[in-house]
Amino acid sequence: MSPIVKLLAQRIALSLLLLLLISVVIFAGTIVLPGDVAQSILGQSATPEALANLRAELGVNDPPVQRYFAWLFGAMQGDLGTALTSGQDIAQALSSRFWNTLFLAFWAAVVAVPLAIFLGLLAVRFKDRWPDKMISAVTLASISIPEFLIGYVLMYFIAVKLRWFPSVAMVNDSMGLFDKLNAIALPIAVLTLVVLAHMMRMTRAAILNVMQSAYIETAELKGLNAFQVIYRHAFPNAIAPIVNVVMLNLAYLVVGVVVIEVVFVYPGMGQYLVDHVSKRDVPVVQACGLIFAAVYIGLNMIADIVAILSNPRLRHPK
Amino acid sequence: MNRHMQYLASQAAAGKLSRRDFLGKAAALGFTAVSANLLLSTAAKAAGPQKGGTIRLGLQGGSTTDSLDPALVTNTVGLMVTRLWGETLVELADDGGIEGKLAESYEASADAKTWTFKLRSGVTYSNGQNVTADDVVKTMERHSGEDTKSGALGIMRGIKDVRADGDSVVFELDSPNADLPYLLADYHLIIQPNGGNDDPAAAIGTGPYIMKSSDMGVRFVAEKNPNYWGDLGNADTVEIIVINDDTARVAALQSGQVDVIDRVPPRTAKLVDRAPNITVHSTSAAGHYVFIMHCNTAPFDNNDVRMALKYGINRQEMVDKILNGYGTVGNDTPINASYPMYTELEQRQFDPDKAMHHLKKSGHDGSILLRTSDNSFPGAPDASALFQQSLSSAGIQLDVKREPNDGYWSEVWNAKPFCTSYWGGRPTQDQMFTTAYLSTADWNDTRFNNEQFDQMLVAARGELDVAKRTQMYADMSTILRDEGGLICPMFNDFVEATTDKVDGFVEGIPGQVLMNGYAASKLWVKA
Repeated sequence: MSPIVKLLAQRIALSLLLLLLISVVIFAGTIVLPGDVAQSILGQSATPEALANLRAELGVNDPPVQRYFAWLFGAMQGDLGTALTSGQDIAQALSSRFWNTLFLAFWAAVVAVPLAIFLGLLAVRFKDRWPDKMISAVTLASISIPEFLIGYVLMYFIAVKLRWFPSVAMVNDSMGLFDKLNAIALPIAVLTLVVLAHMMRMTRAAILNVMQSAYIETAELKGLNAFQVIYRHAFPNAIAPIVNVVMLNLAYLVVGVVVIEVVFVYPGMGQYLVDHVSKRDVPVVQACGLIFAAVYIGLNMIADIVAILSNPRLRHPK
Repeated sequence: MNRHMQYLASQAAAGKLSRRDFLGKAAALGFTAVSANLLLSTAAKAAGPQKGGTIRLGLQGGSTTDSLDPALVTNTVGLMVTRLWGETLVELADDGGIEGKLAESYEASADAKTWTFKLRSGVTYSNGQNVTADDVVKTMERHSGEDTKSGALGIMRGIKDVRADGDSVVFELDSPNADLPYLLADYHLIIQPNGGNDDPAAAIGTGPYIMKSSDMGVRFVAEKNPNYWGDLGNADTVEIIVINDDTARVAALQSGQVDVIDRVPPRTAKLVDRAPNITVHSTSAAGHYVFIMHCNTAPFDNNDVRMALKYGINRQEMVDKILNGYGTVGNDTPINASYPMYTELEQRQFDPDKAMHHLKKSGHDGSILLRTSDNSFPGAPDASALFQQSLSSAGIQLDVKREPNDGYWSEVWNAKPFCTSYWGGRPTQDQMFTTAYLSTADWNDTRFNNEQFDQMLVAARGELDVAKRTQMYADMSTILRDEGGLICPMFNDFVEATTDKVDGFVEGIPGQVLMNGYAASKLWVKA
């Protein structure tokens, strides 16, 4: 087996182990949560009989270890159980929500990642001059403002005053791609503003770091212009940290957009999770936790693998 | 020429002439834009409901954990959706009385213990089946079985037996109840094929609309039921979008993405109303925000302590500052003018001297602990702070403890002796008192135990003479006001808004949200 395959296999095995450990943590965490699912479902209108009936029906009295393994084996086979509150199949209910979340994250990434990298390169090219300073100022300002505030501001000016794009990002299956993109224009804009600075700064820092190397000087001496030096020599060597930060931000776009989903009424996973947390619907919370963990670990694994593949020293270890 | 204008206006109102064309023609005839517009709006009102179009509602309160099963409906979105596809036997009328829906008529025996509801003939469900008396019986059984989770279980308890009798349904009650039709108007009691036992969440009913897509907590689309027996349902399509965030809901209305919203935040309602194309509607209601004391727990077991607190609250200030004027002052009884058979009692005023007098008389010394949280009612912590201030002017020290939202309804409400809470209204006095003030009620959250009150409640229930009943309810409200554990400073209005794309909003259907839940089918889209 070539060392690179072995290295990759190790990475993937480690990721799976990590996911397994996280599943234990998620399960244990949701077990120790205070509160009573039956009370949460029935709310103020709960009577003692109704509570007892509901608790028995939900089967919340089995031993935890038994419930953990039943849940784990089910999850491995794609069976995430049924929601306590609505009795729906979780995997089915989640899939459309998950695709919606990925859809939004994907288009936000399509806008944000190239823009961030381009702005980062631009900032390096004009280091310490006005374009660099302006890019830094604007992106840092946008990351410093809470995202819901950016959301409200854009909503007020662009949706209510100018009426360019809708304020409610409602998508459904009967809409065409163009309609969907029109509906999610505002959330994409907000998400882009939120993740831009982090990626841009990292691109700038990583490339500037490489720019101090001797081979960059060589490249300059052999007569390449500034952009070619960055593009041909600096960027490939700075790719590992950039991919790392891009992946972190992609993970954020998938798992961290609850606030944006609520503000723009977007039917993604975040809103789904929040509704079920407030109703103590543990199976759904567990399923969402597991999926979020898998996304996070998966994206970080990809970042690791890209770092390995892009680095000759890691590719050919002595 | 004037007649010609009126003809044009009626054409425009009916949608046969565009607004722009109409204004153009009016100008050609020498009318100013203002007078032409006025004529047009008068004609639109006179033209009455218009058919067609899509009406879109942005509503608060839906959740992905909801179900289409009418037994499990707990929020406004669920109510509105249920009203689209289903119907009850009878319904509240606009004047607060009762009108027939699936039941054409009803009558009670002289002792008000046996009620017969005659079903409307020839009504079919959206799946084509006929509505039978047996379906009604099965529906009632599903909501009253021992293991039911129905929100209507509480009101079904007094019903001993339901049986079909030809095309009628006969209800036998344990004890006389003159309010049975009001109970059966409860929105959970939607008549379903085979009582909904086969598939309770199938959304098959007799309503004016048929559900086309239902995405819980997200979006619902319904289309006109072509075989609907009645005249409800103006728009061809109804779309309900769940928008829980207040700012997002208002923005959706302002940007024209929805035509109707509920729960306009009182704090911004006046600003929203200022927009030329938006109208804010305020409907006085039976829901109230309350401070509740346990009458059996010290120090609240002493009526003088209770009276001291009741005199120490500034009700008008609460209505002004907590509800921003969108509400009415309470009088320490859960009953207000939204109820049938209402008698106005003398209004209790803020009176620090009397508060001090009662506290001295009670002999209580030291501070009093009030528990509150944000979700007990909007602005509850602020209201508690106002209460603290008004009491301090009477020399009474109130400590306010902020509890977490999470678990408030299980750990604090109906468990701790003094806390903030809210009550939604009930259609009748009997229901309100039976739910929360009868000494044996599950939700007797003031631990009120008054033998005389209990006896009057049972007696009033069987009293078919309206004048006598009215007097009994007035007496009961007086007992609650002067002896109960309820401090009711305010009744909150329902604050809702529509854009000028829709018409027909009727304010003042007593105590009910969004035109008693019929806004989607009673409003119409202007041509």
